Amino acid sequence: MHELPVTESILKIVLKHARANGVRKVKTVRLKVGKLSDLEDGWIQRYFDYLSKGTVAEGARLEIERAPIIMKCNTCWGSYEAEAAEMGGLICPACGGKGGTLLSGREYTIKEMEAE
Amino acid sequence: MIENVRLIEVKEEILSDNIKLAGELRERLRRAKTMLLNLMSSPGSGKTSLILRTIEGLKGSLRIGVIEADIDSTVDAEKVASRGIPAVQLRTGGFCHLDATMVAQGVDALPVGELDLVIIENVGNLVCPAEFDTGAHKNAMILSVPEGDDKPLKYPLMFSICDLLVVNKIDYLSLSDFDTAVLRERVLALNPRIRILEVSCKTGAGIEGWIDWLNGEAAAFRV
Repeated sequence: MHELPVTESILKIVLKHARANGVRKVKTVRLKVGKLSDLEDGWIQRYFDYLSKGTVAEGARLEIERAPIIMKCNTCWGSYEAEAAEMGGLICPACGGKGGTLLSGREYTIKEMEAE
Repeated sequence: MIENVRLIEVKEEILSDNIKLAGELRERLRRAKTMLLNLMSSPGSGKTSLILRTIEGLKGSLRIGVIEADIDSTVDAEKVASRGIPAVQLRTGGFCHLDATMVAQGVDALPVGELDLVIIENVGNLVCPAEFDTGAHKNAMILSVPEGDDKPLKYPLMFSICDLLVVNKIDYLSLSDFDTAVLRERVLALNPRIRILEVSCKTGAGIEGWIDWLNGEAAAFRV
């Protein structure tokens, strides 16, 4: 739902790095977004296309890698991967303990970009 | 052509501006000894009703102010201000959440030096507010009985980031198949350190537990 402000931040960071590197044209931007985030890939690309018009990032393709949700078991303290849809009924695959503490899955990072 | 394409390492947090501003706001309010509480929930779950109960319950113990977020009205802020409490209304337009910049504007419009506690009534939404740090020292949420006990399954992030869950409208329990034991199990599986309180803003049941929590947190904050 909040793809627009997030996309504004993405473009701002992309343009900053483009300036610092004397880029003529940004081709690809690679993002890492946690699976717990609600962002829709298609909307980010659409907003990006709109916001980037007339900048060196116009026409750039966004590649979004989804980072897994990693939980730490509250019983045996081991870590395991979970899906967003099963978050309310988590069971540790190692010990069968219920629930866990979120270690990662909320990432919002720009990893790298390809540019000319 | 391909040799002209370079790989540029960025490695930057997309929300870094907001994270930085939120940290600055949190620190500024810590120095001012004003605790900032971010209150989140769906529309209609009772945020404003709980705030009105809070104003009554904290009379004489904590000096409070309220930051209201609303899409395009000042109804909530007027209700709060009519009780003699400093309130600011942030008109969020179509925004689905508050970020640290907006909250800082609200804080600047309040007499912060004279307040022990500022409550943010965030936009009614269980999705987006969970993703944006407002600069608050504590996060609390309301889930009301008519919404159903399955909400932790649908909105796990919100339940994961809160320090306290207020289950409101318990006066509806007898009319509903809402199971508070099932809800507790689902919520604690996501967030074992969360406190869960059951209240009815309508009858006043359980409100003293909420008031005690606020007084305790505010006392710990001032130390």
